[in-house]
Amino acid sequence: MSLLAVRDLHVYLGESHVLQGIEFDVPEGGVTALLGRNGVGKTTTLRALMGLVDRRGSVALEGKELSSTPTHRIVRRGVGYVPEDRDVFAGLTVEENLRLAERDPDPRYELVYDLFPELKERARQLAGTLSGGQQQMVAIARALLNENRVLLVDEPTKGLAPLLVTQVADVLARVSELTTVLLVEQNLGVVKRVARDAVVLDTGRVVHIGPAQELLADKAMVHRMLGVA
Amino acid sequence: MSTLLLLTITGVGLGALYFLIASGLSLIYGLMGVLNFAHGAFLTVGSFAMWFTESKLGGLSVLARFLIGSLAGLVVGGVFAALVELVLIRPLYRRQIEQVLVTVGLGLATVALVTAIWGNDARPVAYPGWLSRTTTVGGAHVPNVTFLMILVSLVVLGALTLFLKRTRYGLIIRAGVENRAMVTALGIDVRKAFTLVFAIGGVAAALAGILGNVFFTTADPNRGTSLLIFAFIVVVIGGLGSLRGTAVASIVVGLVQQYANYYASSGLGDLSVVLLLGLVLLARPRGLSWSFA
Repeated sequence: MSLLAVRDLHVYLGESHVLQGIEFDVPEGGVTALLGRNGVGKTTTLRALMGLVDRRGSVALEGKELSSTPTHRIVRRGVGYVPEDRDVFAGLTVEENLRLAERDPDPRYELVYDLFPELKERARQLAGTLSGGQQQMVAIARALLNENRVLLVDEPTKGLAPLLVTQVADVLARVSELTTVLLVEQNLGVVKRVARDAVVLDTGRVVHIGPAQELLADKAMVHRMLGVA
Repeated sequence: MSTLLLLTITGVGLGALYFLIASGLSLIYGLMGVLNFAHGAFLTVGSFAMWFTESKLGGLSVLARFLIGSLAGLVVGGVFAALVELVLIRPLYRRQIEQVLVTVGLGLATVALVTAIWGNDARPVAYPGWLSRTTTVGGAHVPNVTFLMILVSLVVLGALTLFLKRTRYGLIIRAGVENRAMVTALGIDVRKAFTLVFAIGGVAAALAGILGNVFFTTADPNRGTSLLIFAFIVVVIGGLGSLRGTAVASIVVGLVQQYANYYASSGLGDLSVVLLLGLVLLARPRGLSWSFA
C-alpha cells in the first residue's frame, strides 16, 4: 500500500480547470519528485493535498481519507508543508517562527539546529530581514520540528545561489532518510541527486510515472515532458 | 495656556475612548479581514448590561453597584462578541459582502432591540462621586473621568501588547495577520484565535461603553453607532490591522476633534476628523501602518 494515494483529483481556480483528475501514489520512504513545465499544476497539487484550495477527488494518507479534512487536521495527521515562496512570517523572529510550528510535545530542535546552525545564531532576528536562503532554512526547519509521515516541499531551491542549492539538496537527502518527501523541483540536478521516483504533470494531467533516474537518463523524454534540453 | 492644556488632556481622553473601540476593530480586520460593522453593538450591549445590572442592585453602595455593573458589562460584551463570531461570522468567512450585510444588520437590530425594550431615552448611570469631580492640572480643571479613560486605555494597550508578544495565542494572531493560510498549514486551528479576537474586541468595546456611560453620565442606545464611525476613521488612519497605529491615530483624532471644536467652531470637530482622514489617505494610502511587531 502506498503512503499517499491521490485519485481523480480535480481543482478549479476561477474558470480554469487546473487539475483534471490526476492520480498517483507516493510510496513510503525516499523522495518522489513531482515534475513538469511551468504552470502545469505542480504547486496547485501540493496546495490541494494540503486542503489549501477547494478540490474534488480522493487523497488518502495510509488509507485514511483526507479530502474533506481541514488543513490544520491534515497537518496534525503528519503531513508537513514547505511552501513555494517560503511564507515565513516576516514580522516574527526566527525563534518565533519555529515556536509557532511546534506541534509535538518534544519538538526536534536538535535536528533543526544540526541541519541549520545559522538559525540558532539568528534566533532573535526578524525573519523578514533574512536572505532568501536563510528564509528557506526557516521554512524547512518549521516542517522538520515535528515528526511527519510525509513532507510536501515546493521548489525549495527556487531563486537560490548555486552554493545554497547544493546545501538545500544535502538537507533534502538527509531529510529523506527520516521521512517520505514529495518534492516539486525545477532543478533537475537536485532531482537527480535525491529523487527515487518521478511523477510528471502536463496541463493538469499525469503523463508519466516511473523511476526518476530512468526518466532523467532519457534526454528525449526529458525534453518532451519537461521542455529541458 | 490652561485652556490648551484642558483641551489636550480631554482630547487624549476622547482618543482613549476611541482606542478602546478601534483596537478590537483593528485586531478583527487584521486577523480575519472582517469589517465588523456590528462592533458598535458590542459597546451598546456592554453599556446597557452595566446600567441594567446596576439598576437591579439598589441596596448596595454606589461603588459596589458600579464595580459589579462594570464587571457584568465586560462579561456580557465579551460573550456577545464571541457568540456573534461563532454563530454569524464563522459560516461567512471568505464571503465579504455577506459579512458586511450581516454585521450592518446586527448593528441596526441591536439598537432597535435595546430601544424596543428600554426606550430611546438615555438612562442615567450611577458611578462614584469622585468621577464627576475635577482635578486641577496647570490651572486646567480636568474631569477625573478623563484620567480614568486614559489610564484604562493605557492598561488595555499594555495588556494587549503583552498578550500579543508573550502568549501562544498572541503569536498565532500576529502570524495570522501576516498570512492566515500559512498558520493553518502549520497545524493550527486558527478559528479558535478568531473567536478569541472577537471576545477581546467585545470586552474592549464594552469597556468603552462603560466609560462612555460615566463620561456622558447616561447609557444611550445610539452611542455605539455614533462612536463606531470615529473608530473606523481611527482604524483607517492607523493602518488596518495595526495596534500601535490605532493607538497613535486615536490620540490624533481625539486631539484634532477637541482643538477644532474650540478654536474653529463648535461642530467643526467631526468635519476636521474627516478632513484628516482624507489627508492621511492621500499621503499614506495604507494609513500610518505600524505593525504588531
